[in-house]
This record gives sequence, C-alpha cells and structure tokens, in this order.
Amino acid sequence: MGMTVIDRRLNPSGKSLPNRQRFIRLAKSAIKDAVVRSIRERALGDVDSKEVVNIPMKRIAEPRLRHSGQGGDRDQVMPGNKEFLRGDTLPKPKSGEGGGRGSEGAPDGEGEDEFSFTLTTNEYLDVLFEELELPDLAKAKLKDAKTVRFHRAGHTPSGNPTNLNLIRTMRHSLARRICLGRPRPEALAALEAEIAVLAAMEPRDAEDQARLDQCLEDRRQLHARARRIAYIDPVDLRYNRFEARPQPTAQAVMFCLMDVSGSMTEDMKDLAKRFFLLLHLFLNRQYEKVDIVFIRHTTEAREVDEETFFRSRETGGTVVSSALAEMRRIVEARYPVEDWNIYAAQASDGDNYSSDSARCKALLTEQILPICQYFAYVEVHDQRQAEIFLSQQNVSDLWKDYAGCTPRANFAMKRVFSKADVFPVFHQLFSKTRLAA
Amino acid sequence: MSGLLFESGEWSFDSLKRTYDAIEEIAVGEMGLDPYPNQIELISAEQMLDAYSSIGMPIFYHHWSFGKRFARDEAIYRKGYGGLAYEIVINSNPCISYIMEENTMTMQALVMAHAAFGHNHFFKNNYLFKEQTDASGILDYLGFAKGYISRCEERYGIGPVERILDAAHALMDQGVNRYGRRARPSLAEEMARSAAREAHAQGSFNDLWRTLPASGRRTPEAGLDDPDAPGRGAMQLPEENLLYFLEKFSPRLRSWERELLRIVRNIAQYFFPQRQTKVMNEGCATYVHYKIMTRLHELGKISDGSMLEFLASHTAVVCQPEFDDRRYSGLNPYALGFEMMCDIERVALNPTAEDREYLPEIAGCGDPMGALRTAWANYRDDSFIAQFLSPHLMRRMKLFKLENHAAHDHYRVAAIHDGSGYTEVRRALAAQYDPGARDPNIEVTGANLAGDRKLELTHHLHNDVPLAEPDARAVLGYIADLWGFGVELRGLGRDDQLRYSFELRAEGTVPAEPPAMAAFSGWPQGDAPILYHPTLSFSGVGPRSGLETREPSSDLV
Repeated sequence: MGMTVIDRRLNPSGKSLPNRQRFIRLAKSAIKDAVVRSIRERALGDVDSKEVVNIPMKRIAEPRLRHSGQGGDRDQVMPGNKEFLRGDTLPKPKSGEGGGRGSEGAPDGEGEDEFSFTLTTNEYLDVLFEELELPDLAKAKLKDAKTVRFHRAGHTPSGNPTNLNLIRTMRHSLARRICLGRPRPEALAALEAEIAVLAAMEPRDAEDQARLDQCLEDRRQLHARARRIAYIDPVDLRYNRFEARPQPTAQAVMFCLMDVSGSMTEDMKDLAKRFFLLLHLFLNRQYEKVDIVFIRHTTEAREVDEETFFRSRETGGTVVSSALAEMRRIVEARYPVEDWNIYAAQASDGDNYSSDSARCKALLTEQILPICQYFAYVEVHDQRQAEIFLSQQNVSDLWKDYAGCTPRANFAMKRVFSKADVFPVFHQLFSKTRLAA
Repeated sequence: MSGLLFESGEWSFDSLKRTYDAIEEIAVGEMGLDPYPNQIELISAEQMLDAYSSIGMPIFYHHWSFGKRFARDEAIYRKGYGGLAYEIVINSNPCISYIMEENTMTMQALVMAHAAFGHNHFFKNNYLFKEQTDASGILDYLGFAKGYISRCEERYGIGPVERILDAAHALMDQGVNRYGRRARPSLAEEMARSAAREAHAQGSFNDLWRTLPASGRRTPEAGLDDPDAPGRGAMQLPEENLLYFLEKFSPRLRSWERELLRIVRNIAQYFFPQRQTKVMNEGCATYVHYKIMTRLHELGKISDGSMLEFLASHTAVVCQPEFDDRRYSGLNPYALGFEMMCDIERVALNPTAEDREYLPEIAGCGDPMGALRTAWANYRDDSFIAQFLSPHLMRRMKLFKLENHAAHDHYRVAAIHDGSGYTEVRRALAAQYDPGARDPNIEVTGANLAGDRKLELTHHLHNDVPLAEPDARAVLGYIADLWGFGVELRGLGRDDQLRYSFELRAEGTVPAEPPAMAAFSGWPQGDAPILYHPTLSFSGVGPRSGLETREPSSDLV
C-alpha cells in the first residue's frame, strides 16, 4: 500500500489570515474602542507593543439551536461510584451554583462575557491611524533617477537569456513548425519502422524494393526538411520586457521642535513626547524612509539626539524663533525641498519673549510654511493650567501670534492638557474630514 | 546492529518511513486492518493552529468565525494554557494525517499508528462513513466550495455572503439528514409504477363512481393550493433538515445564496458521522495504537525508553477521572472506547459465564480482531454501547445512573453496577449517545404558502429538555432572514402538549419580489448581528423586537 510523506513545514503559514481579517472587520468598533483606550493608558515608549483586545461576547456570538443546561429530565451515567446504592437520593445544588458538574459540559462560549485576543502591531496601527491621512502625501516632483522601479511591460523579441519567456517562445515555435510543415517525430518513426520491416524481408520482390526505395527517399527528404526548418528558430524567441519607471518621492523628514526651558515640566515634556511618537509612527507607515531631526531650544536652538531631546533639562529663557531658524538652516543644508517631504511638529508651553513673537510669526509664514507639507503646533499645559487656558481669551503669547496663521491648509494648532487628550488632538489634526473641509 | 527502528528521540524521514513500514506490517498483516492509502504531512505548530481554525481541513472557505477560533486557540497556546493536538486526520482518500514536527519519534510512531491506521480503518469501513461521506471527493468539493464562496464575495461583497453563511452556520446542526434519505425511484421504476397504477385503475374501473356528487374532500393532489395542507405535497413535510428545506423552498433566496446553504449543508453532513461515532472512532484508534506499540516493543523494534514514553502519553489519553474528581467533565470517549475494545478482546478470548449470557455472539469466539472489525464496521456509538457494554466493564468503571428530573428537588441514583442495574445502566449510557437525544429534534412542519407564508417549526422536546432560549431566539432570526417571512417555533412535550412558542412575525405588505441587494449598503458594524430582512418590519419594540413568547405551561423556561 502506498504511503507518502509530505513536508509541509515550508509552506507559508498564515493560511487563516483572511479569516482573521474578516473577524477583525466584524469586531472593528470594539477593537477601536480598545485601541483608543490603550493609547491613553499606555506607558511611554510602549506604543509599539502588542495590544490585547477584549470584545463583548454577544457581538461575535455564534448561536445554535441547542439544549439548555437546565430543565427537563436528564439521566446521566457517571463513572466512579463509591457508596451509592439504587434508590439513594442526593440534594441538588442550589440554582446559581453553576448547575452542578453533571451538566453536559458547558457549550462553547456560555458564561464567557468577553472574548480576548491579541492584535499584531500592524493591525494595531491600522486601527489607530484609520481615517487619518497625511496632507500632500508625496511631492509632485519626482526624485532623481536613482529611485526607478522595474515593472513588467509585455514581451520583446530580444533580451537577456534570464528573461526568456519559455511559454511564449514555445508557442511561437509550435505555430511556426505547424505552418511550415516540419515533419513530426511520429511520422519519422513510422517511416523508420516501415523501412526496418522492408529491409528485413529477404528476398524482396520488385514491388517491395520499389516501396523501400520510396521510403528511403522520403526519409531523406524528411530529414532534409527537418534540418531546414529548425525546432526553435531565433524568430520564435520572446523575452519578458521590463520597463523602468521613476518612483515618486517616498521619503520624509520630521522635525521635532521643543521648548526645554525651565517652564516646561516633565509632565509637559511627556505629553509632547507622546505626540511626537504618534507622529513618527504615523509617518513611518506612510513613507518608506523617515528621518527625524530633534531641535530643542531655550534662548538658542540646537540639534540633538533623541535621548538628550527628551531627558536632559536646561534652564533659561525662551526664544522660539531660534528653533525655527535652526530648522530652516538644517533644511537648507541637508534636506533639499524638492526631494523631501517635510513635516514639523512644535511643542511648547506657549512662553516666549514678547519681542520674539512677531519674529516667530514672520519666520513661520514666510520661510517655514512654504516648504513644509504640514506644520503642527501643539501647546502643552499642566492639568493645573487647564482651567485658565480653557477659555479662548486666556491664551499664551505664542498662541496669539500663531493664531493668525491658522487659515492655511498646512498649518494646525491644538492645545493638550492631559495624556488622554493626546490621541484625540492628533486625530483631529490629521483626520480626513478636517483636510477635506 | 540492533533491531530498533529508531534510537534517538529525534525523527528523520528515514526513521519515519522505517517505522511506518513496521507499523503497516502489524496493522495490515497481523490485525487485518483495511485502511485507505496514507498521506502523512509534516507541519509546524503555527500550521497546526491554522489547521485548527478550519476544522482541520486542508482547504476551507473563509469566514470570520474561523478567525475567531484561531484567535482563541492561539491565545490559549501562546499563554501555555493548552497544548496542540499531536495530529489531525482527515477522512479522505488518500487519508491525510497531519503530524507535528515538534513530536518525538516515539510520538510520531504513536500518531501514525493511531491516525494513519486506527482512524483510517474506521473511516474506510464504518457504515455511516460509507453511506454519508465521500472520502475521494471531499477535498475537491472543499476546493470548489472555497472557490465558489470567494467568487461570491468578489461579486456580491463580503457582507451579503457573510450574512448567509452566519445564518447557515447557526443551522448546521439541523442541516443534516439523520437517516438515509428515501431513495429516489429511478426512471424505470417510476414508469413501472405508473403503469401498474394505470392497470389498477383500468382493472377496477366502474362508471358508477362518476355519478357521485363531488364531496369537497381534498385530494392528495390539492397540495399547494390548500391552505390547510400547505405545500405538503411538494415539500414533503415534515422535513428535519432545515437547511435543505430553506435551500429548496425559501421564496426569497437567490440562486447563489441557495448554493451557499447547500455547501454548508454538505459539509455538515460530511462531519455528521464523526459526531455519532466519537467513542467508537477514538476507541478504535486508541486500541490500534496500543496494540501496535506493544507489539513493536515485543518484537524488539522500539526501546524500553520509547515504550515508557508511549505509555505515559497513552495513560494520559485514556485517563477517566471519577465523577467526584475535580477534573471530571463527563465520560472521556478515548477512555470509554479503549476500555470497551479491550473488553471485547477479553470476552472473545477468555469469557466468563456472565459474558456468555450477556454477549453470546462474541463470547469465546477466539478471534478478537474479527469481532472488533465487525463491530467497527456495523455500529455507531449508541448501538455499539447497547450491544457490547459488558457487566464486567460496568463494574470496572463503577458506572451508575443518576436521575435529574425537573420535578424533583433531589437527584436519584436509579441504577448501579449490580445485577438489577446492568441493563438499565447500559440502556441509559447508550441513550446518552443517541444523536436524537443530543441535538434538539426540530422539524419544519408547515409553510403557509397561501396566506402569510409563515414558516412553522416544531421542536419535539426530548425528556422535556428545553432549548437554550437566547440562542434559540437569535437562530430564529436567522431562519426568518433566510425564509424572508415570519417564523414560529413551537415546542411540544412528551404528550404533544405545547410547552413554549417563539414567534417572529412579518408585518405589513410583503413585496412579491425580494428586494434587490443593491438597496443594501452593508451592515452596520458593531451592533448585534443583523438578523432581519431590511424591508420587513417585525412587530414589537425594544431589545427583543419582533419576538414574542407564549408560555402555556409554567414549569418550563
């Protein structure tokens, strides 16, 4: 009897992926709630980890017509009798005590209030950034010839041997052989067989001899014909053709500007960091390559690495325009506007030298905004300051000045008071509807 | 060189092949098993999880419920709450067994003996599988089903397809023919029958009957037109296979929707024999692997270490906790099945006087494998237990019957393993595996085609055990959706007394033609599953809109 062993281990796993996608689609609203909640509650720097989602069972129930666990007359046969005799009676457990262990094993899902499962990082981000969109995703202008991509584009009669398209080639060859009547191997074989029979006859009469001669002549002609009409001819050859197409710019640089003067507390920096993290994750999903530039400033601005950006503290006053000027300088030096999509997010508590505010506004409107895809200004405040700043009249100096720029499509500003605000604010800044409006 | 088939725990393709051959020699040569050709597929843990979610089948259509199952199984596995199966075996020809790469060589041997010979033999020889499943065609059929459903999804959208599949899945248990269908008469038989009928009419012709005034009594042909006997003629009511009925007679389904119901129904039917033969199937496979492994050890082909590893695993599989044990969760089919197979062997070889009285057919026949093969071929769980559960085994397992009647406030021990109880315990245990008792017995009993097209379902309560109500209401919604009009489910007790009745009523005018799907802009997400046809409004308001309950007898639900 036959037996085959097949090694399937190298087959791709994830056969169940379409099922999973359908499931997630169904449970989407529950998942969305969970994700938004998690953004509020998560520890800093944890945005990349996996997310466990609990879904109320009733949303994904699979009801069946099945017997209830209670009621009716049921007889059970059980193993392990010790002292029972026929006719013995036992008290029933009070209702609510789980129905007793005799019941036919709780059917799937009963008593389960929530169904919990883990989202992958990608699924998590999908849900997180759903309905969000980057303004002007790619610049109209194309990057230099280095980023070309090859696409299949039909067939060609000349090309590289590795691109030979066997099926096309053989199809042409077959058509040509049929048209020109190249002798088929079967015809030759039949002829050979006849010759062998005739040649073996000894002696041959005249008729046979004539037939043999005829066959030999035919064979000579067939061979000659087969030599003239090649099995595969250069005209049959077909190669896959590839076409180089330039790729649109798919890289972005993100500027993180933050005020680190004494007035920014750790809490406020924490809020700012959350915002930057979200922005970074978001950009990473949209672009193949995302550079980040950290610029921090007190009275003067400096480009720093991430660690310094968030950790170290400095004292001193605040000159916001210095950061904008530094950003402008770095763009000129390293990020040609034609090649890079430039995004900037500025976080500040709104303090600024009063004389500097006007300069800030000028820098922003005349130099920064024209080269940016998007500029988001986030003003972070302590919970304590929330009441003060909630009203529209009480605004910081910087806010007042920036407020003049808001009508522009690529500029947005928002205030954040607590961790819970960060995601909603982010959501508002990048939501599709806002952009459409 | 030692005669061992393998020395280390690591398996290799060579040792798999060697071991398979040795097992085959015993299984076919000595035990006389008759399996399908085997195809053994090695898979990783991840792939095993994938296979779980599609009921173990290598090809299956896509549906969210499988994604849900996958998410749950994966969570359980990742957290270490549960291990994965060592193998999955598919009733197909060739018989496919999946075995995991993580298994040790001893486990691979055990798994091959268990699945590739035990289950395989059972699939090929048991009468239920022969009658109700098509082992050679199943994979092709699943391939067709998957392709068909994905084409439907492309053409009509995932939402509308999901809606039909959700409803069909809810009715899967009621989508099988419990008993073989009445064979359709062939054309020749049909013609012979009509010729005979004509001959009889001619032979018994009497012109006198013509002179009688018309009585107004209905004729059997009235069928569809008679509101009192709605569609009985064409629909052949009552019909126990709800999916079949809806597929054939639902007024609103479109042809691709009917095909989806058919697919789900066919798959349910394919799995139906497995549900009816759990004890026997597992008992057969466990007995076969036990015999084979023991024999391999006797022949010196596996080491003592391997044997111990095997025994540890085997013992865990056939462990039967007693009823007062914390681990007890009903009878373990592996344990009961294995014990019964071993018991049949004992009775065949060394019967006692008692065995000769209770099991006269096989007692002392001297050919245990012959007796087992006959049993495996011709019984299902309930009949097998009724036939072969011996007093000896009842004593060994200390079986007793506990009565739990709704009318009483206490349990009663009705029978134990003693002379007066053997028959009763055996009958009760067999009844426990009777498919008629396990699944609610629900039939279509009427469809008022001449009036409001209300579909009437009747549930014949088994021992007055009611349905799980929230589920039943939800499923009724699915049925109403497939049927397109009102549905009533009536539960009848032992004495044909009405115990309960759920009704979903269609109100207002019903469009003659089902509304076009175009009017259908997807399902609102996040709400409870949408059950009702969008253009039909059902009476009532509130969370249970459209559902009405009448409870004529107060002691139920």
